[in-house]
Amino acid sequence: MKATAHDFKNAASKALKDDNLRQALHRVETGFAGNRAAAISRLPEFHDLRDEGVAIKMHVLDHLDYYLERFEQKVIETGGQVHWCTTPKEARDTILELCRSVDAKTCTKGKSMIAEEIALNPFLEENGVLPIETDLGEYIIQLADEPPSHIIGPAVHKTKDQISDLFFEHHQKYGKTERQSDGRMLVNEAREILRQKYIDADVGITGANFLIAETGSTVIVTNEGNGDLTQSLPKMHIVIASLEKVIPTMEDASTILRLLARSATGQEFSVYTTFSTGPRRDDDLDGPGSFHVVLLDNGRSKLAGSEDRELLRCIRCGACMNHCPVYHAVGGHAYGWVYPGPIGAALDPHFIGIEEARHLPNASTFCGRCEDVCPMRIPLPSILRRWRERAFESNVTPPAERFGVGAWAWLAKHPAFYRVGTRLAVRGLSLLGGRRKRIAKLPLAGGWTATRDLPAPAGQTFQDQWRRQRGRSA
Amino acid sequence: MADSPVNVGLFVTCLVDLFRPSVGFATVKLLEDAGCIVHVPDTQTCCGQPAYNSGSRNDAKDLGRNVIAAFQDFDYVVAPSGSCAAMIREHYPRLFADDPAMADKAKRVADKTFELTSFLADVRKVTSVGAKFNAVAAYHDSCSGLRELGVREQPRYLLASVEGLEVKDLEKGDACCGFGGTFCVKYPEISDEMVTRKTSDITATGADTVLAGDLGCLMNIAGKLKRDGSNIAVRHVAEVLAGDDGTPPIAGGER
Ligand code: SF4
Repeated sequence: MKATAHDFKNAASKALKDDNLRQALHRVETGFAGNRAAAISRLPEFHDLRDEGVAIKMHVLDHLDYYLERFEQKVIETGGQVHWCTTPKEARDTILELCRSVDAKTCTKGKSMIAEEIALNPFLEENGVLPIETDLGEYIIQLADEPPSHIIGPAVHKTKDQISDLFFEHHQKYGKTERQSDGRMLVNEAREILRQKYIDADVGITGANFLIAETGSTVIVTNEGNGDLTQSLPKMHIVIASLEKVIPTMEDASTILRLLARSATGQEFSVYTTFSTGPRRDDDLDGPGSFHVVLLDNGRSKLAGSEDRELLRCIRCGACMNHCPVYHAVGGHAYGWVYPGPIGAALDPHFIGIEEARHLPNASTFCGRCEDVCPMRIPLPSILRRWRERAFESNVTPPAERFGVGAWAWLAKHPAFYRVGTRLAVRGLSLLGGRRKRIAKLPLAGGWTATRDLPAPAGQTFQDQWRRQRGRSA
Repeated sequence: MADSPVNVGLFVTCLVDLFRPSVGFATVKLLEDAGCIVHVPDTQTCCGQPAYNSGSRNDAKDLGRNVIAAFQDFDYVVAPSGSCAAMIREHYPRLFADDPAMADKAKRVADKTFELTSFLADVRKVTSVGAKFNAVAAYHDSCSGLRELGVREQPRYLLASVEGLEVKDLEKGDACCGFGGTFCVKYPEISDEMVTRKTSDITATGADTVLAGDLGCLMNIAGKLKRDGSNIAVRHVAEVLAGDDGTPPIAGGER
């Protein structure tokens, strides 16, 4: 995916004026967030579970090599194969080669953010393998030719009317000439069309929520069951996963699964939790003929050794964006790369560089709701602040901002000048405020005063008034 | 209430110093009523948040050193702001963690720094402020106070003792108002969307007044309400707890 994060401000501005988007985003705020709160209130030990989840992930990060090797060994024992890929290009090439080895014309695909990260779909398509998304949300945005705007609800930015339009436009070739507007009917129509695609596909590609080292299993959770059909009907099942997805045991998976569904959608458990262990065995009724895990690094082993390693605890539940007021306002596309919301703002600069992604860690009030709801207790605001520090140190921060901060800091470091400066400023602002005590326009604060008044100060600083009342003593 | 007087350093905050001295005086009254001797060091300036949140760690440390030097000798440090109190209490120890000369001092000052309502209710065990204030007030929890310092019940508890006052909760009480320090000037459109949601939420309560413990949020909310022609009065919680109905509100309340 080509990064457009540098254009965040413009994209955000457009998003704020998009009425369909605003309508769609409203559901994120009320639906996801409300359901999560209800689910958590029903599980008193939720916060203890969080601690357990964090401990599992930290342990894995400390022994990443060990668990990955163990995982590979188990995959081989069960008849599968692991492909270690350092870069997105290696991963893409590996997947294409695998597809070609079975002469694939089409492949079905379950939801995978890693596939987005390596821009898999356009690459496969260019090379003669047609990818078909089977997750309803992914299917919708594939028709619309858009990237996902949310990590668990890729089409959350679309209203039902927009989906109805899309289906009407794209499904006529399947003989669906009647426009559907009822939600149920829309789902049925997509299901009917996808059914044949599952049967025709040569390869099924899925992501993975976990890789289990003790058994060599990969795990996905879905609410539609599309993953099961994607991976068990075709000749070949390719799992694409990043390396931090590995966890030691089945028991660990069950601990984190309890956190995941509640944090994501407020469900106790996702509708389908599917474990895949190797290809079809002789006495299996169905299943793929071959089983491959494409394991992507893409900078993660380096990240694991950096001060931001806590980011690798992320289980991609989406809670941080579901509770983020900035995400609520602008939606996921404005962020301009694969991962939106607070996790994206903290993670994306690691992939696309802080120069490209400069706005993302800055466009936050540090309100702290993301850290509060993150099941893995990732200190997102602290990581965002670290990015601001790196941007400041490497002169990525714009000169005007550096100057502003520097000037204020200089003044604040010199209390005597500060007193005089604030005294003058207060007097000036107070005059500007006039009798009504409001400032409707102020140079350098145009962003504020375009939509808000600035309450004018009283005319004297507290310090001056205090010293006059109580004398010089502190 | 504890008997022996304690020495409290008032960290007045730059916004109060500049824009709303009445909050400083209300704070002094509340602290004195709670048996404290209040000191206002004249070397205090800014807690360093603008620099810290802009990525200028060195400036933030310099300003932190200044605050620590000015306040280390008091029994307590109190600020009429959740965000400045959180900066000192939660962030100074992190800022100086790798600085052996400062780490201990930072930690000591951090541990004795409190947001005003939390200090009154939690430390001084104030149960009633003996004030009178006729209003129906919506209460806005500032993000830093709420999530970094756990300030939520304390202001409500103290406000419950104010005669004539009814307090209402917002529907989305844990949503940010969109101030965010420099955020509101760097991303004004997003900030405006956030404050618009906040002021609609406030208006929907039917309250005639909105209260909060942080002047940043209050100026943002006041600026928006005023631009929209609303007459809802905007005040700092300290003013109401101190029974100061003489000072005109930050916005609104015109009869
Ligand atoms: S950062 Fe936390 S809240 Fe956000 S997606 Fe990852 S695990 Fe979920």
